[in-house]
Amino acid sequence: MANMMYREAVLRTIFEEMERDENVVMLGEDIVGGMGTAGGPEAIGGIWSTSTGLFGKFGANRVIDTPISESAIIGAANGLALSGKRPIAELMFADFIGVSLDQIWNQMGKFRYMFGGKSKCPAVVRMAYGAGFNAAPQHSQSVHSLLTSMPGLKVVIPSTPADVVGLLRTAIRDDDPVMFLEHKALYATKGEVPDGDYTIPFGHARLTRAGQDVTIVTCGLMVGFCERVADKLAKEGIGCDVIDLRTTSPLDEEAILDSVEVTGRLIVVDESTPRCSIATDIVALVAEKAYSSLKAPSVMVTPPHTPVPFARELESAYLPSTDKIEAAVRKILAWR
Amino acid sequence: MQLSRDALLRAYRQMKVIREFEERLHTEIMTGEIAGFTHLYCGQEAVAVGVCEHLDSVDKIISTHRGHGHCIAKGCDVPTMMKEIWGSSEGTCKGKGGSMHIADLDHGMLGANGIVGGGAPIAVGAAMAAKIDGKGKVSIAFSGDGACNQGTTFEAMNMAVVTKAPCIFVFENNHYSEHTGVDYAVGTNLDIASRAEAFGMKVWRGNGVDFFSVHETMREVLEYVRAGNGPAAVEFDTERFFGHFEGDPQRYRGEGELDRIRDERDCLKIFREKVTQAKLLEGADLDAVDADVMSLIEASVEGARAAPRPTAEDVLTDVYISY
Ligand SMILES: Cc1ncc(C[n+]2csc(CCOP(=O)(O)OP(=O)(O)O)c2C)c(N)n1
Ligand SMILES: [Mg+2]
Repeated sequence: MANMMYREAVLRTIFEEMERDENVVMLGEDIVGGMGTAGGPEAIGGIWSTSTGLFGKFGANRVIDTPISESAIIGAANGLALSGKRPIAELMFADFIGVSLDQIWNQMGKFRYMFGGKSKCPAVVRMAYGAGFNAAPQHSQSVHSLLTSMPGLKVVIPSTPADVVGLLRTAIRDDDPVMFLEHKALYATKGEVPDGDYTIPFGHARLTRAGQDVTIVTCGLMVGFCERVADKLAKEGIGCDVIDLRTTSPLDEEAILDSVEVTGRLIVVDESTPRCSIATDIVALVAEKAYSSLKAPSVMVTPPHTPVPFARELESAYLPSTDKIEAAVRKILAWR
Repeated sequence: MQLSRDALLRAYRQMKVIREFEERLHTEIMTGEIAGFTHLYCGQEAVAVGVCEHLDSVDKIISTHRGHGHCIAKGCDVPTMMKEIWGSSEGTCKGKGGSMHIADLDHGMLGANGIVGGGAPIAVGAAMAAKIDGKGKVSIAFSGDGACNQGTTFEAMNMAVVTKAPCIFVFENNHYSEHTGVDYAVGTNLDIASRAEAFGMKVWRGNGVDFFSVHETMREVLEYVRAGNGPAAVEFDTERFFGHFEGDPQRYRGEGELDRIRDERDCLKIFREKVTQAKLLEGADLDAVDADVMSLIEASVEGARAAPRPTAEDVLTDVYISY
């Protein structure tokens, strides 16, 4: 076991995978930092400190500092992947999928299908997502619901350093394109990381709290929020299952349905906007496949259908909070 | 062409307002009172002011993440901008956008923009509208040396050329995009204007720390574009005095670089030297402007601190006009 920060878990895993497999390459803006300056390469390193030291170790061919060109970054990752490499592309902010969406959606996500199963595109797109920093509408978004709606992409949202390591290894070794979403507010959080070359398979949710009364399905930063609520309510004798999805595509339907069959109550807590979202997706899944187990209407705790606002008061009103999650649990238990 | 005394005083004042607005933010941000990401324009004032002094409120500009200077130069209300940066409901954007998204459409300011390269295509559309309206109005896209590497910027330049849109691409080359140097990231040998030229535009180059160079260059550019010759591009060589964002340790800078550029490449000092040496203005005239600006900034900060805060209900408004 080693205790490390989430961001260290990202960096260490990339480092080890690059050592293990010479086909693994990384590219992104400022991931070396200081290129073409008096300070020289690595004067600063990536803004999230998730690429520090890679350039010195693996060199410019494998650690590619790019101009500000998100379309070409993801496009180049596609070309690298179709040519036998295993690129890890970094989008500094998840919001910048907007600039590169064609390469993600129409290219990366569709190659295999439209080429009749003949190609593989083992690319990972890492991106920092999420709100909480007053970074305003274009630097705060949670894009996993959007990406989950796109066939051909796998979508991974680790919530702990241990999961970062296990899921990022799987992502890099996976032959399909993987969107890997790292919450900005998790980078500095710490946790135990098991030793050894373990991997975590996609589509296997993690039950982080167990209880008989309510099923709370969540992912990413929200996992910790839900755990705090579950711990508090456990003292009152209210039992919550907290299910960390880990991946929203593929989705561990079984874990959700098994839990709801016991509790009869579903709450989905998510940071992405609510329309056509992972929250509505899971509510629909349960309505379709576990209807007879339900004892109360399902509840979604999400932001409203608005962009992420800037001001402190607005952003905190916008985001799900432990108070809102707790209120949702009480509401679902009080139904009828 | 010789500027009137009033025009000189006005230009100096605008540059000084931007400078002190940013210097004050730099110190205020350290106290933690201001939320979010703030990118300061200090050092580049001559560009925004040298460009915008030629424009009226019907001409359009679109800005970048480093937008405060462009906003002030285009006539946005300074105390209201300060309120926005403080996140007040009385701010330019009611606290919804903050520093990176200040916009004031009444003044032809189509917004600061958090997406690098997001602005240039929008400026082309605004230029098309100006062409349709046929009143000789223009639209200006401010972009950095980093933004000139986005495909969106290339597409915008070509589209402006083929549609003969009265669009002006102003490239502010401050030698850095975040922590990366322009000689690494821009392949055309430190030169951005030649790119625009390759798209079929007439281009100019100017000294972006000298108001007079910017202003004179822009006079020619605007004459050309307002006359219906289609788009144009200008590259201004300039300096950013602070980090990329507030909190940037700037380890990419050379030894003594910040002192040197503050010393030798400060547009306010250069302006003062030029106008006093040429006896166009007295030092005392400029000192009076300085004092006036300091009280404007002080009042703006006090106003922003005391301004009303948004409430939870405000989150839901302004998504649509009707829904
Ligand atoms: C699409 C997109 N990619 C990356 C960023 C992150 N980012 C913000 S500013 C910046 C550098 C921009 O450099 P430049 O265009 O030279 O403008 P300057 O900061 O020098 O004013 C980067 C990479 C962003 N905001 N948007
Ligand atoms: Mg720059």
